[in-house]
Amino acid sequence: MNINATLIGQAIWFALFVFFCMKFVWPPISRALDERKQKIAEGLSAADRAERDLELAQEKATANLKESKEKAAEIIDQANRRANQIVEEAKDAARTEGERLIAKAQSEIDQQVNQAREQLRKDVAVLALNGAEKVLGNEVNQDAHTQLLEQLAAEL
Amino acid sequence: MAGSNAQDYIKHHLGNLTYGELPAGYVRECDGRDTQTLTESTWTFACSGNEAKDMGFAAFHVDSLAWSGGLGIIMCLLFWLGARKATAGVPSGFLNFVETIIEFIDTQVRDSFHGKSKLVAPLSLVIFCWVFLMNLMDLIPVDFIPGTFSWIMTSFFGWTAQEAYFKIVPSTDPNITLSMSFSVMLLVIFFTIKAKGVGGFVGTLTLHPFEASNPVLKVLLMPVNLLLETIGLLAKPVSLGLRLFGNMYAGEFVFIMLAAMMGAWQFIGAWPWAVFHILVITLQAFIFMVLTIVYLSMAVEDH
Repeated sequence: MNINATLIGQAIWFALFVFFCMKFVWPPISRALDERKQKIAEGLSAADRAERDLELAQEKATANLKESKEKAAEIIDQANRRANQIVEEAKDAARTEGERLIAKAQSEIDQQVNQAREQLRKDVAVLALNGAEKVLGNEVNQDAHTQLLEQLAAEL
Repeated sequence: MAGSNAQDYIKHHLGNLTYGELPAGYVRECDGRDTQTLTESTWTFACSGNEAKDMGFAAFHVDSLAWSGGLGIIMCLLFWLGARKATAGVPSGFLNFVETIIEFIDTQVRDSFHGKSKLVAPLSLVIFCWVFLMNLMDLIPVDFIPGTFSWIMTSFFGWTAQEAYFKIVPSTDPNITLSMSFSVMLLVIFFTIKAKGVGGFVGTLTLHPFEASNPVLKVLLMPVNLLLETIGLLAKPVSLGLRLFGNMYAGEFVFIMLAAMMGAWQFIGAWPWAVFHILVITLQAFIFMVLTIVYLSMAVEDH
């Protein structure tokens, strides 16, 4: 247990090891730890940001969905209204067309009735003439009686 | 491995392998050898405790220096391997271990040292790990390595049993612990001068603890203050070194006593003591480190 130059030897060892650790051990590890700390902090903030972004996106999506739903409802409404309108229009058109057809048929009927009446008139004149020829037994001067006959026919 | 008697055995285990200078005209009386008178001063291995003592300051404890240096080199290599793999990415197994230690030390330094220094953290790292490793040698059964060394030297190199003293726990050598604590004291002085200037350093030694505003009284109080502060300055490293030495020496001594009394059955007592000693060796390494940080912190702080 003598105190001797071991003191100096040990001090040299001590200085060497401290110097070594100060130069080659502590700085790289401490730097790596700091860098990792930074990295983790960045990662965490990025995660936070992403979470916020996600929230925003979700909100946006919800808003979009709501808007689309409203639009769709509007469109359906419009379509329904339009359909009703079309049906009404069709109904109107059909009604007018029907009326027109009826009017047309009526006019045709009238025309045919007139035609038939004309025909009848002519036929009656001929028949009356024939009847009269047969009754009189002689020729009736057609020209002389045309006026009379026309008068007769007009009376029919 | 118990020697011829317990006293020799214990002496054998407490002696260091000493290499030093014997003065001219010194009479060497080694066991098992002829008495020899040196014609001129010689550097040699001491062959007895008395010779080691007579070598005075010009001697080295080869075993202490070799073990402390070897352990320090192993420590540095391990940390260096860790440092080379250091990455900001995911750490692997060994790097994880190194980082755990580094972070532990870093926390201690940040908590206690309130200045800026690139030296304190690595210094604390070296102190904690190195002292821990040196203390750890205490847990190796007392005869394994010294016994092997003694057997090799006596069988193959013709040494006497007295020459082949061998201690493997450097921290049971007061030279080792005091060397470290006085290195710390030099650092404390260096830090004080760096932080406060030479005048400030002289001031810390002469203007406290008795303070006076009167200049004449101030000068009168200076010698008293200087005496007290110098004692205080020296008491720090002495207590720091002797605390570690005392704890480790006592622990080692218990192991040696157990081995001396119980021989091969020593493990019955040594095992529980070793388990308890794990606490002591860690705690002592930690205390040495924390006190170093505190002393250095006090050096850079204003009172």
